[in-house]
Amino acid sequence: MTTSAVDTGARTPGAVVDGPLRRAGKSPARRREARTAWILCSPFLVLFAVFTAGPVLAALGMSFTDIRSTDLRSPLSVGFVGLENYAQLIGDDRFWKALTNTGIFVLLGVPLTMVCALAAAVGLNSIPRLRGLFRVGYYMPVVTSIVAVAVVWRFLLQPDSGLANIVLGWIGIDGPRWLEDTTWALPSLIAMATWRNLGTLMVIFLAGLQMVPTEVIEAGEVDGATRWQRFRYITLPMLRPTLLFGAVITSVGYLQFFEEPFVMTQGGPLDSTLSMSYFVFDQFGFGNYGYASAVSYVLFAIIVVLTFIQFRVLRERD
Amino acid sequence: MSSTTPTTSTSLAVTAAVAPPIAGNTDRSERGGSGRLGTYALLTLGLVFMVAPFLWMVLGSLKPDAEIRRVPPTWLPESPSTDNYATLFDRLDFPTYFFNSTLVAVVVTLGNLAFASMAGYALAKLQFRGKRLVFGLVLGTLMVPGMATFTPQFVLVSNLNLTNTYPGLILPFLVAPFGIFLMRQFISGLPDELIQAARVDGAGEFRIFFQVVLPLCGPALATLSILTFLASWNNFLWPLVVAQTEDKYTLPVALALYSVGQNRAEYGLLLAGATVVVLPIIGMFLVLQRYFTQGIATTGIK
Repeated sequence: MTTSAVDTGARTPGAVVDGPLRRAGKSPARRREARTAWILCSPFLVLFAVFTAGPVLAALGMSFTDIRSTDLRSPLSVGFVGLENYAQLIGDDRFWKALTNTGIFVLLGVPLTMVCALAAAVGLNSIPRLRGLFRVGYYMPVVTSIVAVAVVWRFLLQPDSGLANIVLGWIGIDGPRWLEDTTWALPSLIAMATWRNLGTLMVIFLAGLQMVPTEVIEAGEVDGATRWQRFRYITLPMLRPTLLFGAVITSVGYLQFFEEPFVMTQGGPLDSTLSMSYFVFDQFGFGNYGYASAVSYVLFAIIVVLTFIQFRVLRERD
Repeated sequence: MSSTTPTTSTSLAVTAAVAPPIAGNTDRSERGGSGRLGTYALLTLGLVFMVAPFLWMVLGSLKPDAEIRRVPPTWLPESPSTDNYATLFDRLDFPTYFFNSTLVAVVVTLGNLAFASMAGYALAKLQFRGKRLVFGLVLGTLMVPGMATFTPQFVLVSNLNLTNTYPGLILPFLVAPFGIFLMRQFISGLPDELIQAARVDGAGEFRIFFQVVLPLCGPALATLSILTFLASWNNFLWPLVVAQTEDKYTLPVALALYSVGQNRAEYGLLLAGATVVVLPIIGMFLVLQRYFTQGIATTGIK
């Protein structure tokens, strides 16, 4: 009762008590509200300034200098080198290797994860029973520490006694030496990332599927559309915003893939699993802070551009 | 086959007027039955892929090395023993890592609960200049790659002499933009009338936040605490770099450092270590799984 009066007061000129004061923004109540808002935001803003904004700008600055780990205690000896770090990247074979590997990881991993997650979500959405059990099982790898996952997967992928090759052996396939093979190491990590991440997407897609009104699907059924047609022409288009979101978060995550090679292969064999993030970490480890920062900004730029493109492409047809 | 015929014919009678192709209709309802079985079969196959590694890990941790390496591998341990755990706890200071992991995760979670709900409330319900800018910062931060801030963050922390300290492990994670986003989305859904009514009754701004809004945020706070705790518990790279002596290691760091080098071949111990790292979080997940999946759906959709 009181509330609706206050609400309309802001809009109708007749309600003098609140309306004009709101617009002028000078009422003590308004000022108190703004002050409260800033106080409530201040812990975030302070921590953000110190631990995020500061470092992001510092990285940009460092990428134009020759700063090394030895310069940490004597910042005055750092020299400005302009775009030299970025120029050095272009001639660095390892950088291109890292870029290529990251590209392959994203191009294969994102569609694979999305398709598996969508299949699982559609499957779960269509069954009447045991949904909870399957959801828990599929989600379990998401909550698990990558370090523990790595320990287990290294066993599973062992050439002679690993479960993967033994199962392949049953159907007469002589499995490769997964993590020791320059051809198969990266695909192994893609499979592992898919296994680890599809639970997140599945839950998101499941929520999206439940928002598709059943009447529309039933209407399609009445019109004689097959199951596949109903999925392809009714469900998928209605799921577009959810798919877009899934594609964006997965791509942003996969572009930065680091932990998988770090715990499984240390970027090897012969840099065949070296990722952009791993390369940054490597350069950081060597003490080349300026160079590492330059690489991380290239990665940042790629993420922003790719996200932008995805929004463009997937939104286009609306 | 024969058992489906009567149902089909009755459904035909009912829907005959609506659905023209009779053959197509029969065909579809039959496929519905076998299709469901097929769905269950495929989902079960998938479930095996997803869960088998965990099962193998726990069972393997109860076997001696030779049995783990046996070809072809076996699932059930011949004589289950906790020797691996005993050796592991003897060699590594697990209580300390466990304490560190828990302490860091609890403080990080409390920080996020407090600061994210405060900022989330301000962004959802209060009017102030600069609100769009603050929300823009929150969203923008979600896009920054971890590696871009990693180096300067480490430089900062070492300049503040915080390497190898708890504050060094905790401070950078004390408020995450993700949490603010989650809380803002949730609080936006609460009716404005509640807040207006409290104002009319003369409640101060902070009192409104603490006594009116916060008590209604239970589900969102539960989701946020679980997701934050989980992220902190599994966080790996930062503690690996910041924690430099064993008394500051977290569980993943200890396991990672133990599993490289010459211990790589101690299968039973590694599987036991992995189980120790994983079990607490899986236990927590099984108890609270509804909140986990809710949280993802909430932030995922809007």
